Amino acid sequence: METDLGLWAVPIAMLGGAIRVSTPILFVSLGETLTERSGRINLGLEGTLVFGAMSGYALAVMTGSPWLGVIAAAITGALFGLVHGLICSLPKVNDIAIGIAMMLLGMGLAFYFGKPFIQPVAPDLPAIPLGWWSDLPQVRAALQVNVLFLIGLVAAGVLWWMLKATKIGLTLRVVGDSTDAARALGLTPSLVRTLATAAGGAFAGIGGAYLSLYYPGSWNEGISSGQGLMAVALVIFARWNPIACVGAAMLFGAAGALGPALQTIGVSSGYYLFYAAPYVLTLGVLIATSSPTQALSGAPGELSINK
Amino acid sequence: MKTEHENGAIGVETLGMTMRFGGFTALDNASIAIPAGTFHALLGENGAGKSTLVKCMMGFYHATSGQMLVAGREAKIADPKAAHALGLGMVYQHFTLVPSLSAAENLVISREDAPKIIDWRKERADLGAFMERMPFAVPLDRPVRTLSAGEKQKLEILKQLYLGRRFLILDEPTSVLTPDEADEVLGHVRGLCEAGEISVLMISHKFREVTAYADDVSVLRRGRLVGQGRVADLSHQAMADMMMGGQSLAKPAARSGQRGETVLALDGAKARDRSGLKDILIERLEVAKGEIVGIAGISGNGQTELMEMLTGQRPLEAGTMTVESTPYTATRSETRTLGVRVLPEEPLHNACAPKMSVAENIALRSFDANGEGTRFWLKPSAMKALADRLVGEYKVKTASLESPIASLSGGNVQRAVLARELTGRVDLLIVANPCFGLDFTAVAEIRARIMDARNRGAAVLLISEDLDEILELADRVLVMSEGRIAYETPIAGADTATIGHYMAGHQ
Repeated sequence: METDLGLWAVPIAMLGGAIRVSTPILFVSLGETLTERSGRINLGLEGTLVFGAMSGYALAVMTGSPWLGVIAAAITGALFGLVHGLICSLPKVNDIAIGIAMMLLGMGLAFYFGKPFIQPVAPDLPAIPLGWWSDLPQVRAALQVNVLFLIGLVAAGVLWWMLKATKIGLTLRVVGDSTDAARALGLTPSLVRTLATAAGGAFAGIGGAYLSLYYPGSWNEGISSGQGLMAVALVIFARWNPIACVGAAMLFGAAGALGPALQTIGVSSGYYLFYAAPYVLTLGVLIATSSPTQALSGAPGELSINK
Repeated sequence: MKTEHENGAIGVETLGMTMRFGGFTALDNASIAIPAGTFHALLGENGAGKSTLVKCMMGFYHATSGQMLVAGREAKIADPKAAHALGLGMVYQHFTLVPSLSAAENLVISREDAPKIIDWRKERADLGAFMERMPFAVPLDRPVRTLSAGEKQKLEILKQLYLGRRFLILDEPTSVLTPDEADEVLGHVRGLCEAGEISVLMISHKFREVTAYADDVSVLRRGRLVGQGRVADLSHQAMADMMMGGQSLAKPAARSGQRGETVLALDGAKARDRSGLKDILIERLEVAKGEIVGIAGISGNGQTELMEMLTGQRPLEAGTMTVESTPYTATRSETRTLGVRVLPEEPLHNACAPKMSVAENIALRSFDANGEGTRFWLKPSAMKALADRLVGEYKVKTASLESPIASLSGGNVQRAVLARELTGRVDLLIVANPCFGLDFTAVAEIRARIMDARNRGAAVLLISEDLDEILELADRVLVMSEGRIAYETPIAGADTATIGHYMAGHQ
C-alpha cells in the first residue's frame, strides 16, 4: 500500500538512494584515501571494483554464501592493489599510467571470467530494516540499510583514528607527505605505499561485492558505470579525510537518486539529464573547492599530481 | 634509547678518513677531533668534502680508509642506524620534518620505539616534561608547515635531543634563518654544549657564526684538511685564506650613475596569500632606474606572493602595477617590449624546464625572437652560439650544452638563468634570493653581476631573506612583514637593529 507523500517523497527517496548507492563509492574512496595518504594514486580502482563485483558474485553463486563472496572480492582487490603497488615501486614508473592500465585490465578480466555468471542468481547480502518505527512504506524502503554500509561507516571511523593515533597511521602520513623525511626515519617508502595500495584495493573489491550482491544485485558488464573513477575524484573533495569521505559518498549517492526520485512524483522530462546529476555535482564541487592561487590544503605532498 | 646515553655529551674523532669514488678522491686523510662538550665548525667551499666527511661519520658512506672513535672507543658505523645507536645525530640542511604532521606527531613518530597505538595523553605529558628541560620551545600542535623557518630549525634540534643524541652534526643550520633567529638557535646550541649535554660539529659558510659560537674550526679544501685551530686564535681573513687557498673573490662593482625616473610602480596592489586567508597589500612601491631596492623580511611574510604578483603568477585583486607608466601583467610580449627580466627563487623550479638542455633553457627568452618580430622555425645554430657564449662568460660548469639543466649544481643553474636574464635589454630586473645555498665564489660573482646591471641603468628589485645581502647591494631598504611594507630607509640611514625590529613584526 503506497501512501501519497507529495513532495516529501523526493527527499525520502534521496535519503534511501544515498544510503543504497553510496556504499560502493564509500568503500572505494576509503581505499583511495588510504592509498593517496601514502603518496600514490591508484586510478585502477574502477577495474578493481568491477573485478571485485564479478569475483564476489561468482563465489557467492558457487558457495551460496554472500559473505564468502565479499571476502573473495576483498582478496582479489588486494591482489590488484598489490600488483599496482609493486609495479609502481620500480624506478621511473608513473602511477597514473599504471592505474589506467590496471583499470582496463581489471574490467577486461572481469568480463572474460564473468561471462558464465551473468545468468545464475547469487544470494543477496542481508539488510537491516531500520525503518521499523515508521508506518510509511517509503520510509521503510529508504531505511533498509545494508550491513556493508554500516561496516563502511565503522571503517571510516577506524581509518580516521588510525591515521591520528597509531604508528601505522603516522607512518603512512610521513611516507605520503615527504619521501625524504620518511627515508631519514629509516622507513622504506615503496614498501609502505605498496601495502597501502593493496589495502586500498581490498576496500575497492568489497565495494564491488556490494554492487553485485546487493544493489543493483546482479552481475553484468555495465555494473559500475564509472563509480570507481568518481570515488577517486571524491577523495580530493573529501580532502583525504575518511570521515569526510562518508559525507562525500552520501552526497553523491543522493544526487544519483535524484532522477528516480523525481520520477516517483511524476517529473519525467529530462530524465537522463537528472541521471547526470552526480557527475555534474562532482565537477561542480571540484571547481568550487579549488583555487589557482591557493595550495590545496590537506593534500599529501608526495602525490604525483602535486609535483 | 633515551637511557643509553644519559651521561651527556660524547666526543668523536676521525682518524685519516679517506673516501674515493672511483678515481676521484672526495676526502683525503681527514683527521678531526671533537672533544665532548665542544662546538666544532667545519668550513669549506661547496665540493670541498664537508658533506662527504659527515656522511662517512653518519654511515651513509663507508670510508675507503680511516677510523672513527666515538667516546674514545673505535666504532664501525655500518649505516645511519648504527650511528644513531651510538648517539650520533644529524640535522640536515633541508628540513626532514613532515610538513603536514604536527610537531608532537613528528617527534613521536621519529622515535624508533614509537608505540603501535599512540596514547596521546601520555605522550603529551612526556613531551611537556621534555620541553620543560629544554632551553627553547616550539608550538607542538600546529602542523609543521605553518611554523617559521626558525621554529622548524629549533624543532629539528629538539628532535635530535628528544631521540637521546649526544653528538650533533648540523649542516648549515642557519641558511634559512634571519640573523636574529640564527643567533637565538646557535646561542641555545652553544648553551647545551657548555652544559655538557651535547657536542656539535657544524658545517657553515658564515665566519660570523663560526667566530661567535664555535670553539674550534677545521677547514677543508678539495677534500684535504688545510687548516685547524682554536677559533679564538684565527681572524676571518685567516679562515677565508685557508678556504679559498689564495683565489680572489669577485668584488662587487662600485656604485655609479644616478637614480633616474621610476620604472616599476605598484599602487595599492592587493592579492591573496598562499593560504587564502590573508591579504598581501603593497600600498606603494617604486623602483627607479639606476637603483637597487632591497626588500628584507623573514620568509613567509608575503615575499613569495609579491614575487608571484610581479611575475604574473598571482592575480591582483585590487590596485595597479605599472612598468614605465604602462599597466603590466607580465605577459611575454610585455616583458619583451618593456625589458623586464626576472630571477625568481629556486630558479630550477621557477625559471627552467628542468629536463630540457642547458642550451634550450638559456634560449627560453629569445628562441622565438627574430629581431623585433617573432619567428616560427627555430634557429638551433643561433641558440647554440648564444648558449656557448653565455656559458663561457658566466662560467657555467656543465658537461655539455646538451645536458639537462637539472643535472647542474645549484650555483650553476643560478648562473645560467642569470646569464639568460641579463642578456639583451634589461630595464627592470626582479631578483629573489639569488644567492641562497651558494658558496662564496658564486655569491660574490652573482652579486657583482646584479650591481653591474644597476650601474648600467637598470631598475633592480631585490627580494632577499639574507639581510647582509640587502645591506651590501641595496640603495634603499624596505622591510616586509605580514604582507605589508612595514618600513623603508635609504641605505645611508640603515640600521641593522631597527630593520631586525621591523622584520620581527614590531612596530
